[in-house]
Amino acid sequence: MRRIPSWIWPVLVALFILALSRVVKNEYYMFAGYVVLQYIVLASAWNILGGYSGYVNFGSAAFFGIGAYGAVVLDKLWQPPLVVAIVFGGIVASLVGLVTAYLTLRLRGVFFAIATLALAIVLQTLVMNWDFVGGPLGYYSVRPDSIAGFPSYVNYLFVIMLGLALIAVLVARAIELSFIGRGLAAIRDNELAAECCGVPTLRLKVFATMVSGGLMGMAGAPFPYYITYLDPNSAFSLAYGINSIAMPLIGGMTHWIGPVIGAVLLAVIQQVATVTISSELNLMIVGVLLISFITLAPNGIVGLFERYRQKRQRRLST
Amino acid sequence: MANSITIENLNAGYGAVRVLNGVSMRIGSGETVALLGTNGNGKSTIIKCIMGAVTPTAGRVTIEIDGHQYDPSAMKTKDIVNLGVVLVPEGRRLFPKLTVEENLLLGAYRRTARRTITRSLEYCYATFPRLRERRRQLSGSMSGGEQQMLALARGLMTAPKILIVDEPSVGLAPIMVREVIRKIGELKKEQQLTVLMAEQNFNQATKICERGYFIVHGQIAFVGNSHEELSNNELVRKIYLGAPVKN
Repeated sequence: MRRIPSWIWPVLVALFILALSRVVKNEYYMFAGYVVLQYIVLASAWNILGGYSGYVNFGSAAFFGIGAYGAVVLDKLWQPPLVVAIVFGGIVASLVGLVTAYLTLRLRGVFFAIATLALAIVLQTLVMNWDFVGGPLGYYSVRPDSIAGFPSYVNYLFVIMLGLALIAVLVARAIELSFIGRGLAAIRDNELAAECCGVPTLRLKVFATMVSGGLMGMAGAPFPYYITYLDPNSAFSLAYGINSIAMPLIGGMTHWIGPVIGAVLLAVIQQVATVTISSELNLMIVGVLLISFITLAPNGIVGLFERYRQKRQRRLST
Repeated sequence: MANSITIENLNAGYGAVRVLNGVSMRIGSGETVALLGTNGNGKSTIIKCIMGAVTPTAGRVTIEIDGHQYDPSAMKTKDIVNLGVVLVPEGRRLFPKLTVEENLLLGAYRRTARRTITRSLEYCYATFPRLRERRRQLSGSMSGGEQQMLALARGLMTAPKILIVDEPSVGLAPIMVREVIRKIGELKKEQQLTVLMAEQNFNQATKICERGYFIVHGQIAFVGNSHEELSNNELVRKIYLGAPVKN
């Protein structure tokens, strides 16, 4: 048993990045860093349902888009502080998660994945035809020039997203180490046996979907202010769904650090590629990495590390 | 501290199919009772009636825990487990991709069992030292016998008063069968557990039992009070052991 609790590390890293954001003057890094942090939230949130319980959710974009358009609705009504929009986005997204869960969680495997994919498309179509939020024309959000205490608005958004990423990681970690996480792992391994052990499988799955969806919604809420012009195609982009599956898969799905590693790796590569080559390459990069990891390291980077450690232990013990 | 099960004239079945026909049995406090019979004679149905998963059409089952009597047909399975009756299912039903320790902890998932989880875990490791050695290993990578031990240990995580084991020897090498059944015998001795064991392995099972019920076509065909009594019975020898047996 280690003496220092391991939750301290994410907190320290977040504080370090916060300090860094005060020193770095170039706003581009905030701009790019925001995307990386946003994917840490999405990947960690996805992993709570997809990684721990094995239910693959293809509809991350649905929850993300709900958060983004929730913020748009509030912005049109009374322009509340960003934090209110985030909480609102989280609540609405987790309620949608609740309904989706009850409707779809009795489906298994690929059928569940298709149902969630459909959710994203249905919601996109709905928003497309909803004139109040701009419909297909999209919505321009006017953001304040700056917020007191922050060098710039982008810096403010960056810090907000940093906070969300920390929350997502800590929530994922807490779930993983609790009885809920153990129950979800049992569902992943053998749902029938889990039921026989007294694991309340449906209740746990609904809970995981709500937490996962809620966090994704929270990640979506600052998005309209980040890009300033939001349209249904960018809010419900398939890229969110694919990235938030690929990142945990590449990083490793059974440990909370896995999605973080995957998100940092993949999002940084994508950001670099966007600047140096073209953003058109991004999905191809995901595809290539995904295929190589599935064939070479099915348990992700965390899995590779574990295997190495076990081998070394075996060598030491013999 | 009486923990027993009494079954009186039990009839049960599935839809139109009648499986049990007037079965009466008694598993007294601290006893180990074997339920013997080949496939399809109703062993598992009796167990399901005790666990509240099948409702009898006639007759009744009474579970007595610490002097209180309960009727499982009126209870949910989870409440019967909370009472202290646990079933180690046939085919083990482990979580192959979780570690030994995670499997054990899942055995005490219900709230009532969770309160004593550290003590239960310690007790399981003390009873099955091999499992302590392998606590970090994935349960699916262990041998069949070790997996059966783990299934038993997982059952013990709820700190049961009555243990029901369905076919513990299925798919095990003969040497492991002896080992597993000996362990069940030890549990009963050290824990004063009341044990009901459905088993096909006649020779091993009857050695640790006070009594064996031999079931044929949903009826108790013979009750034997010892290994000898059972193995010398004409009917048992004919149906179960095959005609020519050593003297």
